Amino acid sequence: MKKLVIGIVLVNLLAACASDPKKEPEAAAPKAATSKSEGTSAASQASAAKTEVDELNDPSSILAKRSVYYPFDVAVVQDEDKPVVQAHAKHLSGHANHKVRLEGNCDERGSNEYNLGLGQRRADGVKKMLELGGAKAGQLESVSYGEEKPRCSDHSEACWKQNRRTDLNYAK
Amino acid sequence: MAVLRGLFGLWLLAQTTMSMATLNIEIIGAGENQIPIAIVPFGGDEKLAQSISEVVAGDLRRSGLFRLVDPAGKSPHEPAEVNYADWQVRGAEALAIGTVETQPNGRIEARFRLLDAVKETELAGQAVSASENQIRAIGHRIADLIYEKLTGDKGVFSTRIVYVNRQGKKFSLVVADSDGHNEQAVLTQNEPIMSPAWSPDGSHLAYVSFETGHAAVYVQSLYTNQRAVLANYPGSNSAPAWSPDGKQLAVVLTRDGSSQIYLVRPDGSGLRRLSFSGTIDTEPNFSPDGQYLLFTSDRGGSAQVYRMPVDGGAAQRMTFDEGTNFSPRHSPDGKSFVFSHLFKGKFYIAVRDFQTGQMSLLTEGGWEKRPSFAPNGKLILFASEARGRGILATVSSDGRVKQHMFTQSGDAREPMWGPYP
Repeated sequence: MKKLVIGIVLVNLLAACASDPKKEPEAAAPKAATSKSEGTSAASQASAAKTEVDELNDPSSILAKRSVYYPFDVAVVQDEDKPVVQAHAKHLSGHANHKVRLEGNCDERGSNEYNLGLGQRRADGVKKMLELGGAKAGQLESVSYGEEKPRCSDHSEACWKQNRRTDLNYAK
Repeated sequence: MAVLRGLFGLWLLAQTTMSMATLNIEIIGAGENQIPIAIVPFGGDEKLAQSISEVVAGDLRRSGLFRLVDPAGKSPHEPAEVNYADWQVRGAEALAIGTVETQPNGRIEARFRLLDAVKETELAGQAVSASENQIRAIGHRIADLIYEKLTGDKGVFSTRIVYVNRQGKKFSLVVADSDGHNEQAVLTQNEPIMSPAWSPDGSHLAYVSFETGHAAVYVQSLYTNQRAVLANYPGSNSAPAWSPDGKQLAVVLTRDGSSQIYLVRPDGSGLRRLSFSGTIDTEPNFSPDGQYLLFTSDRGGSAQVYRMPVDGGAAQRMTFDEGTNFSPRHSPDGKSFVFSHLFKGKFYIAVRDFQTGQMSLLTEGGWEKRPSFAPNGKLILFASEARGRGILATVSSDGRVKQHMFTQSGDAREPMWGPYP
């Protein structure tokens, strides 16, 4: 009985917290979706080569990465995420009609208000980098949710590292 | 007696589920010198939808400063009916008796007397009345009078609290009596609500809402429920704090870069920037004399508490210990401040005395955030966590008595104790 309960808890943990965001291109996506896109990646790569229009929706493109992640109490875009932000900057500079909302988030270690400030600093940092890369201020909006919208809600580093992030959300 | 004292010194745990309860309340610990008091059920009390003497007894017990003596078998309602020897053998030092009547106009009136069971004298006597739907308010008022008479401090049982209840994606801004009963959601929506703050006269709440997709500050009347935007600039608008005279608020805006503190009038006019650090300055809180602001800043590399004059001038660091510190709030007498202290992964509620600079931890640590003093300075309300849920908790300012309040469902967050009515 005990084992069963532990088993269920483990499964829940896995489901709630997708694996390490730094290694997987789509940390936010559920596991099923990831394996599906792997199956069709060859086809979508082929179509991406022909038409650049759908580059933003191509799961194999770097633009499919819509989140950047941070260490604790840090708001500077990390080296491994810089190519992602630079790619989005390039895309935005070539698509003046595209708009993106930058949403800063934090883990729960801090007061809610401090984290609101930290999340804003994270989003503003990405915004600045996008502007340096050619995006126009009018295409960008930066907001913070602080710790109010956690992707994962356990008190663990596995969760916290997913919550310390800035999301790039394109307007539909 | 020594045995008794030993018992009360232990961490006692008493759980009560009130009838019509919206909250489940657990009390942990007890005051150093509990006053033994008997609350005799008031004559006529049993006919009411809510027993007034039960509310009185509950309030006094939760304060941790009283020990309730069982009146079993004795039910005097008038001083002439009191045989003091009955109460002296039970160890009661005080005795509350009274009657309740429904008046012709439908109002409920309670007449109560507080008697000194040792000196055999009357300490207080008063009639308290309210409309039928405010029976609990009568009980709170009587408990306040008893508390004040016997402890010398003003009671806070008639005050209210505000907090945010989160249920899945639904957020409610809830105003309740200080015992958690009589909850009223004054705003419910599917976007986060943060940082509610009472106006000094208790008539308005300022708070942060994400309803437009980013953090903006609103002010809402608790009489009319009408609300107005206080600050809605690009970026984040947050951390509202009223000045003691209610004529202005401190808010935190990111419109000019990182989180900085500004002053603004309650109608949103007269915006003026106060801090110029370029780091995160947030959670401002006015001193009771209105001269200073305590706030959280990471200007020194990590989040710490600072203080600056409202009229301008250099900020001074106020916390120096290992770990980081957040959410400072002045005590009502201005002599100390309470804050949330994060050390080795745990949040503690802590107070620091301005004069001695001494910090004391009031709790054992956990997820304890956003403390605020009751207006008499004797209790501190904060957000905590138990059994995987966000709960409200209080601790006495000497750290001896703790109380956990579980809302019926969801997570209780972001509490703030309101002013005297």
